[in-house]
Amino acid sequence: MELAVISGKGGTGKSSVTAAFATLGEKLVVADCDVDAANLYLLFNPEHDSEQVYIGGHKAVVDHSLCTVCGICESYCRFDAIKEVEGKIIISETSCDGCFFCSRICPTDAITMVRSDKSRMYSGSFRNGMMVYGRLAPGEENSGKRVSMVRDEAKRVAADKGMRTILLDGPPGIGCPVISTVTGVDRIVIVTEPTMSGLADLKRVHEVARKFTSSAGVIINKADLNEAMADRIEGWCGAQGITMLGRLPFDRRVTDSMVAGRSVVEMYPDSEISKSINKIWNNLIVNGKE
Amino acid sequence: MKIAVASGKGGTGKTFVATNLYNVLSTRGERVTLVDCDADAPDDLLFFTAEKISETEVTHQVPVISKDACTWCGRCSKWCNYNAIFYVPTAKVIEVIENLCHGCGACSFACNSGAITEKPVVLGTVTSFRTDKGYPLVEARLRVHEMSPVRVIKAAINEAGEDGVVILDSPPGTSCPFIQTVDRADYVVLVTEPTPFGLSDLRQSVETLKILHKRFGVIINRADIGDCSVKNYLSEKQIPLLGVINYETDIARSYSEGRLITDENDIMAGFFAGLADKIISEHGTGSN
Repeated sequence: MELAVISGKGGTGKSSVTAAFATLGEKLVVADCDVDAANLYLLFNPEHDSEQVYIGGHKAVVDHSLCTVCGICESYCRFDAIKEVEGKIIISETSCDGCFFCSRICPTDAITMVRSDKSRMYSGSFRNGMMVYGRLAPGEENSGKRVSMVRDEAKRVAADKGMRTILLDGPPGIGCPVISTVTGVDRIVIVTEPTMSGLADLKRVHEVARKFTSSAGVIINKADLNEAMADRIEGWCGAQGITMLGRLPFDRRVTDSMVAGRSVVEMYPDSEISKSINKIWNNLIVNGKE
Repeated sequence: MKIAVASGKGGTGKTFVATNLYNVLSTRGERVTLVDCDADAPDDLLFFTAEKISETEVTHQVPVISKDACTWCGRCSKWCNYNAIFYVPTAKVIEVIENLCHGCGACSFACNSGAITEKPVVLGTVTSFRTDKGYPLVEARLRVHEMSPVRVIKAAINEAGEDGVVILDSPPGTSCPFIQTVDRADYVVLVTEPTPFGLSDLRQSVETLKILHKRFGVIINRADIGDCSVKNYLSEKQIPLLGVINYETDIARSYSEGRLITDENDIMAGFFAGLADKIISEHGTGSN
């Protein structure tokens, strides 16, 4: 079973909840699909069995000795990445989308496409199974392709080790990396928080999720920070027919555990939050097997 | 000048800082515009009473292939770097997978038989509002199921113009959407929290901003949780600490209900006013 944890809004506690799920007992494969801001490995310190170049996009580079500054590339680029500055063609690395168009139409072959190879994807064992994650080199772009690479590697590792559950820690937002994270998964868990922003973003991310599965469920994290807002979110979920998986309390021990490099269920197994997380996970796994 | 408020890690308080910074400047009567660049999850508007002034759809051009005119040469598919043209000549199949298309236009150029025309596909909207205090707020909003917010973000920043102080509320992460936002800024405020996750994402944002040659400083939010590793990192790297905000139930509650703490708490209003003064006096471009 492949299960994805997403949120819409950032910082609602996706990774903390994922870390707790991943350390409840069942050996599993956990994969960090938040490629921009991969953090779970900090808690799990996986022993790397494999390191792969995490292939990124291409960027156009001009050879000024061949360039005649004809401006054709600039006129065709639809990403506003090419500008003539003081008689020189300058391609903005940050705006270039890597489409190859300019390199193909340059009459003097002055543009080459350079592929970045500084980012890495790792897989290896941690104390409760296997972990797959990527590390983006600074300035490099994320993409659905990279998320797919992480998921493919997680599937390979799961098959290899005979593990049945793959847990995906998703990125925030609703765009390409999120869509790549949830496409084809068996279950989606949305972690939200009792704020206006949490609810607004939950609505948007649920619209994405429901295209892929009818069984997305919601966890309201830090619910006691604003019970009235938590009630409102639960009411909205009810009206939409979305499963409420449970509420979790705000608990500083979640952060304390993170600082100690552990999940809250490892550090404080008898706390209320750990018991709630345990219950939610059991329901998810039971429902997943139906 | 343009000030971006960004973070790397999500949920550290970008929107909290951006909306309150905007609020103190507009309360003082300064020329200020807020741009919500988090097109995936735009929430700035929740904190204001505002009237919609105009709305523009942001589109890109995707190909439409006429099978009748197609000579099955395959050039379009070969030129497409996004695998967005599904091409099986033996079965006479050629289809555009619109979700994969980035709208670069290479296929239209590649086609020698005039079989490709283009149509606009809406990626999102840029909406201009005026708050009840009379100040401009521009929102970038990605359409649900669309892939990339980058064009929408760029359009929103352009819409905001150059007048006075423009505050850009950045998307989380450290890749394209973040880069497209902070690259337009004269100064970047990074909001972090003092936890291992916060520090890890802060490092990634700092490295990225250095590549972009940006000036920046850091605010530590919820400063009394976690540990001191963020503070140690800042002093080790000699990165300016712009301020610390402790975790307070009042702040969390006010935010959760869509209110602005600078309207309710004089100490916080003073903090944000001081922050704005410091950034503008030290890093303002002077030109506007």
